[in-house]
Amino acid sequence: MNIFEFTLLVGASGLLAGFVGSLTGLGGGIIITPLLALALGVDIRYAIGAALVSVIATSSGAAAAYVREGFSNIRIGMFLEIATTLGAVGGAMLAARISTGAISIIFGLVLLYSAYASSRRRHEGVGDCRPDPLATRMKMNGSYPTPDGPKSYCPQAVPAGFSLMFGAGILSGLLGIGSGAVKVIAMDQAMGLPFKVSTTTSNFMIGVTAAASAGLYLARGYIDPGLAMPVMLGVVAGSVAGARVLPYAKTRWLRLVFGFVIVVMAIEMIYHGLTGRL
Amino acid sequence: MASRARQWTDQNVEEWIGNLLRVGMTLAAAVVLLGGGIYLLRHGRATPQYHVFRGEPTDLRSISGIVKEALAFQGRGLIQLGLLLLIATPVARVAFSVAAFARERDRLYVVVTLIVLAVLVYSLAGGHL
Repeated sequence: MNIFEFTLLVGASGLLAGFVGSLTGLGGGIIITPLLALALGVDIRYAIGAALVSVIATSSGAAAAYVREGFSNIRIGMFLEIATTLGAVGGAMLAARISTGAISIIFGLVLLYSAYASSRRRHEGVGDCRPDPLATRMKMNGSYPTPDGPKSYCPQAVPAGFSLMFGAGILSGLLGIGSGAVKVIAMDQAMGLPFKVSTTTSNFMIGVTAAASAGLYLARGYIDPGLAMPVMLGVVAGSVAGARVLPYAKTRWLRLVFGFVIVVMAIEMIYHGLTGRL
Repeated sequence: MASRARQWTDQNVEEWIGNLLRVGMTLAAAVVLLGGGIYLLRHGRATPQYHVFRGEPTDLRSISGIVKEALAFQGRGLIQLGLLLLIATPVARVAFSVAAFARERDRLYVVVTLIVLAVLVYSLAGGHL
């Protein structure tokens, strides 16, 4: 296989990862790395470097669309980005110190958890809430558009959300993923934000978080242009296509089929990590 | 009274950020595509070797090296420049937010945003600060 054919194959994998990632809500970054590592035999460090770049691309693309609709809360996002960016730098430093086998085991576990979390029904926070003193001082209370007019919300448990975000940042920097699943726990469950707000704010934060570790990955020589090019272009095109199809897709069946494939990939990652083949 | 302060409402800032992200993304993708075309034309017939990790050559790791390679119209250098633009887009967004919060005289969030910006700049400098 020459570079031209390999590039086409990687581009097609990126397209598939972006498409599935956007339909399942997992994100393309978490799917492309196992595809590259398991199916194409790419070293996991190169795969993570390329995935990280595609994560920034999809986040910027999606955030550009969402930010206008008035769902994302810039203040909450910016404050929590202190935690995610510091975590991401820590995660990227950690990635250089632990073995690729350990990285692949952690990757598999996070993939399993994300698949589980995305299959669960998320419950909407209650409408009337008591403003939290800290959140109020930080001007985090806000409102978002609904069919019945603007609805207000007041975030709770800011320190808990902040700590969880630090963890999300570490995973993002270590594995080259957006860590959407962990961000959602922090904002939905700990801080009690409505899920339209938490989803779009999380998406908004993902690009900044990934950029915080991307510089270190670049300096360490993990980002290969020949690989990152088809990955980024493929994942972006796939995510756009996925977002277009989403309103018409029978997501229940799709989720079931993809969920199965993702669980198999996660188990393979853990197995290969344990046997030292990745 | 269309005052200056009114032009810098949250809604307005969000629109600006949306445009910034869109322009950065498009520019980055265009440079990556151009570089990718040149790279494939020149090296498409060689054999890929991604199963062994060797790391990139020093010229493709630093901002100055990447700019040098890109100006020499090297395919890999141009792709890397596009990726650098992609990484810079969220950084520019954060820098823009510093200015936006400063205009709103929101000192707390100017500080918050400056901390985020400092972490990003540290990383973009390759951890050498």
